[in-house]
Amino acid sequence: MVDGVGLAQPRPSSFGPLYDGPPIIEVRDLGISYGGKPALRDASFDIYRHEIFGIIGPANSGKTSFLRALNRMDDFTTGMEVRGSIHINGKDVNDWRNLYALRSRIGVVLPLPVGLPLSVYDNVAFSPRLRGIRKKAQLDEVVERCLTRAALWDEVKDRLGSLGSLLSGGQQQRLTIARALSQEPELLLLDEFSIAVDPVTTMRIEDVLKDLRSELTIVLVTNLVQQARRLADRTAFFLTGELVEIGATEDLFEGNVKDERTTGYIEGRYG
Amino acid sequence: MFTATALNRRSYRRQSVAKAVFCLMTVALVIPVLLILGTLVVKGAPAISWEFLFTAPTNNMTAGGIFPALVGTIWLVVVALLASVPIGVAAALYLSEYAPDNLLTRAINLAIVNLAGVPSIVHALFGFGAFVLFFRFNASILAASLTLAVMTLPVVIVATRESLQAVPHAFREACWNMGATRWQTIRKVVLPNSISGILTGVILEVSRTSGETAPIMFTGAAMFVPFLPQSVFDQTMALSYHLYNVSTQLTDVPEELTYGVALVLIAIVLLMNAVSIGFRIYLRGLKKW
Ligand SMILES: Nc1ncnc2c1ncn2[C@@H]1O[C@H](COP(=O)(O)OP(=O)(O)OP(=O)(O)O)[C@@H](O)[C@H]1O
Ligand SMILES: [Mg+2]
Repeated sequence: MVDGVGLAQPRPSSFGPLYDGPPIIEVRDLGISYGGKPALRDASFDIYRHEIFGIIGPANSGKTSFLRALNRMDDFTTGMEVRGSIHINGKDVNDWRNLYALRSRIGVVLPLPVGLPLSVYDNVAFSPRLRGIRKKAQLDEVVERCLTRAALWDEVKDRLGSLGSLLSGGQQQRLTIARALSQEPELLLLDEFSIAVDPVTTMRIEDVLKDLRSELTIVLVTNLVQQARRLADRTAFFLTGELVEIGATEDLFEGNVKDERTTGYIEGRYG
Repeated sequence: MFTATALNRRSYRRQSVAKAVFCLMTVALVIPVLLILGTLVVKGAPAISWEFLFTAPTNNMTAGGIFPALVGTIWLVVVALLASVPIGVAAALYLSEYAPDNLLTRAINLAIVNLAGVPSIVHALFGFGAFVLFFRFNASILAASLTLAVMTLPVVIVATRESLQAVPHAFREACWNMGATRWQTIRKVVLPNSISGILTGVILEVSRTSGETAPIMFTGAAMFVPFLPQSVFDQTMALSYHLYNVSTQLTDVPEELTYGVALVLIAIVLLMNAVSIGFRIYLRGLKKW
């Protein structure tokens, strides 16, 4: 694909299907800045279908900015500029004239859980309704399936009518995941999803994510390096706007690195 | 360890003094309000009767009721609302939800805030020039209400914008991330959660217009019209202007009648405020986050 610094070739992972076919995301010479202040510089790498792609790095390293560039949220953010190119499924994200169509195919989970001030049911039915699904039976089916996938169904099946914004933080985060799944996305972007979630719930969500690998591709930004180790097939290390290294997660965690800073971060010497 | 130091004690004393001073100021503020209301009720209440409310003035406005003025005020406020609310809410939606945050937008926002501070007599002259003369509405309910509408637009916009911005940004981001357009986000999440605030804000601000005199004086209010307005192109009496007339322009008006008019005017404003506050309390109970 590309001969770049630290670009590891994919290889069979210990727990999942082989990478095959072209990459789902191709990032080339990506630069992101806010009002001229760079947040990410010259990043080039590929993300493959059905992998969990981890991104680690201390605060201010450009991880969230990268996710925002993927679903073109720069359009909603004043001052955010994106250079270089990102292709998803072979199509440049800048070539999408209808950005809403692009975003509706990408599920996003943000650090702080956001239950919309609608009922639990309407939270999950929001995106299907945007897609034009109106039939009650069909919506019921989607809501139940997505809530079950997100490991929330049993807790809320008796209170689907109560407000999503009044669930507990951990429940709201799973509601957010159910909402993302209701988009039937090919790509799921998770930004430090466990920041406001207890360890038990985190583990439950992690299990869900592992199951989802067979259906979609996950980009997992995390500030817990051990979470990347548990979940990611490959991991990229960002440091103050620089893509320092990218490699098979096992390699990085076994000290098999090209750049000493990676080991330094993993062992807790930064941030 | 657990004993108050001299510094602790001094802070405590100072805080008690500060509290006493602020409390005193509040009392000083409440006293004139109570005095005004008390005087109005004591001197005006004897004038109030069904007949006073529902008949026209007689004897050169030195006797009789206030019915045409009461009806005229309702006309003026309602027509002003119909003009200012749709425009104001739409403008606020644009400014808060669509407009990019750039120099032009900020300049417009600043202009709106400043417009709210323009004295009503200036609005009155503008309304006279624009609606009465230029658009040839003559002196009519339409011209007077549009003048009131122009005057209230900035406050409607500001009140609406504040309600919109009270809806957390995270809700919008969550919708956008799912591929919702700005309008879908507004319709499904932002408006349902701010409409209550918008309505209360609008009612509160607009209730003030019922008391305005200057803007309607040259544009549509008449001293004495013996019949009720039939359309927006008629001139009309209005409570505020009527009060101005009976208290300063006419002689031989019994004091009781003047106070009665003032009492009715204040009661209308307070009633609208009460409705809006009650509404707000009720809706706060339904708050969804
Ligand atoms: N909306 C914005 N406007 C201006 N600057 C921004 C904006 N969002 C991010 N930045 C800047 O971009 C840089 C990278 O931020 P980013 O959010 O991508 O970091 P991050 O790696 O996600 O950090 P964290 O781990 O703390 O979430 C920071 O310097 C930040 O100040
Ligand atoms: Mg971040």
